[in-house]
Amino acid sequence: MSAHDNSHDLEVRDSNVVDRFEDPGHPDHQPRKGDTDPKANKKAERQVLFLFAVSVLGTIGFVVAYFALPPGDTAESMRTSNLALGGALAFALLGIGTGAIHWAKALMNDHEKSEERHLQRSDDETRAAAVEVLAEGTADSGISRRGALKGAVVSALALFPITIALPLIGNIGEDWNVGKLKHTIWKKGVRLSRDPNGRPIKASDVTIGSVFHVIPDNLEEHHETGDYMDQKAKAVVLLVRLDPRDLKADQSPAGETWSYDGIVAYSKICTHVGCPVALYEQQTHHLLCPCHQSTFDIADGARVVFGPAKRPLPQLPITVDDEGYLVAQSDFTQPVGPSFWERETK
Amino acid sequence: MKALAARRHDRRAPVVLLLLALLLTGGLYAVLAPTSAKAESSVASADDVKAGEKLFQANCATCHGPSAAGTASAPSLIGVGAAAVDFQVGTGRMPMQMNGPQAQVKPAQFDDEQISQLAAFVASLGAGPAIPTDDQVDPSKGDPATGMALFRTNCAMCHNAVGAGGALSRGKFAPNLWETSPRHLYEAMLTGPQSMPVFNDANITSEEKRDIIAFIDEQGNVSPGGLDLGSIGPVSEGLWAWVVGLGLLIGAAVWIGAKSS
Repeated sequence: MSAHDNSHDLEVRDSNVVDRFEDPGHPDHQPRKGDTDPKANKKAERQVLFLFAVSVLGTIGFVVAYFALPPGDTAESMRTSNLALGGALAFALLGIGTGAIHWAKALMNDHEKSEERHLQRSDDETRAAAVEVLAEGTADSGISRRGALKGAVVSALALFPITIALPLIGNIGEDWNVGKLKHTIWKKGVRLSRDPNGRPIKASDVTIGSVFHVIPDNLEEHHETGDYMDQKAKAVVLLVRLDPRDLKADQSPAGETWSYDGIVAYSKICTHVGCPVALYEQQTHHLLCPCHQSTFDIADGARVVFGPAKRPLPQLPITVDDEGYLVAQSDFTQPVGPSFWERETK
Repeated sequence: MKALAARRHDRRAPVVLLLLALLLTGGLYAVLAPTSAKAESSVASADDVKAGEKLFQANCATCHGPSAAGTASAPSLIGVGAAAVDFQVGTGRMPMQMNGPQAQVKPAQFDDEQISQLAAFVASLGAGPAIPTDDQVDPSKGDPATGMALFRTNCAMCHNAVGAGGALSRGKFAPNLWETSPRHLYEAMLTGPQSMPVFNDANITSEEKRDIIAFIDEQGNVSPGGLDLGSIGPVSEGLWAWVVGLGLLIGAAVWIGAKSS
């Protein structure tokens, strides 16, 4: 089609503009093979028959598998049972679905039909009557005259949604005490113990290159108070021993006294969005977060060397007690984990 | 035979059978039991150390230095112990084939005797972790449930919840553990090869290591749900659901909407 033809079309359209396009009607009906050839029709029928038969066999297979292949106690028997039940169920349902659709498409008639929609607009008489009824009701209520009633009904309608909104908003977050985010159960003298079995850790147990996953020794008490998981989620710590020569000199001012002979303890909760940071690479002293690949340099005060985290991991100040066990000097000196509105950024 | 069959209901029969079974088991064990435990104890003979030193000078000294004290390109081997040598050489990681983010598993370059000679030589340089006994690494003696709890806390973040392995930074990765032999698993925990931290016996006791080995032994064989798609989590599972699952649904929708011929 050339540009010339297009401009010619436009001219014609301009000269006799139509308000509506004419209904083009149905395309010519194309008979299917089965409509003209009785053999093809018979074939389609057999196909539908086959699909429903597949469904029946699937159902029978399901029943047989249910009794013949119990899940049992081993992974193998469970897999066999699941595969047999699932496979049979798939045949049972797909047989019905594909059979019904194939029946409708290939055997039922496919003549196009149109059904006229009736007008949505009511006739003028009905509309006038409705307006009259409304006007009569408004006049009868005297809403323009009775000011107090008008105010009362508007107030009632405006206030009622509070009963829906209050529980929705009030239940968000459940607990608005942000002070809980600023403290963990670590305190002076609490022993560092192993996750998950709670055995306390001696400084001599920690050889260079070792990693310990640590929970506070007093976490056990929180089994009774019911907030064990909450407290554990905040207090988990990763303990690493480096060659003291590898620890960078330029630590945070208090950093020197917070470690013990190359043993350092850092919060395991990422400062980005709070995933447990625990992928420790012994050779590079890098600690990776599995969620967004934030990388912290354990040799350098858990400085962020890569990724979306904004702050270093908070360090737990540690020392040893008289028996040689590692203990905390205090709680973390800053909140662990991700930022929140009331957190003072350092 | 008939005489025997007639006596099978005799009340002494169970006792006799039990004794026979015990005798058979004991006899078979004596014949078939691996003798490596014995071999390990005699491993430190002077000849072995000498042979090991020869192997070391020929194959390892280029990088680790003639006195095994390490060079700029390889760490010192003094005090790493026999366990580290058995792991690194036994899994083919050492001698390293080429430089890269980390030494890869490949067919072992030495036979068992040579590995034990090398191990004896390196162990003679300084005290270090020894090769575990067969009893220490026998998965059938461990408790997989305890092992799972320990694995989840200490190992799963790098090696994946079922030990399928995972990525680290800059081309390094934590390998899949399903094909690793129990002894090599134990040695890896004990010595902390390459990027892996050390889990000494004070951190995870010898029995706990066996529990972890028992847990890994149960993984990677069969998945109760059918296809496990490599057990690597949302990437393979999502790809399957979005490409294959949605593809089938779109195909079905197109078929339903198409005119029959």
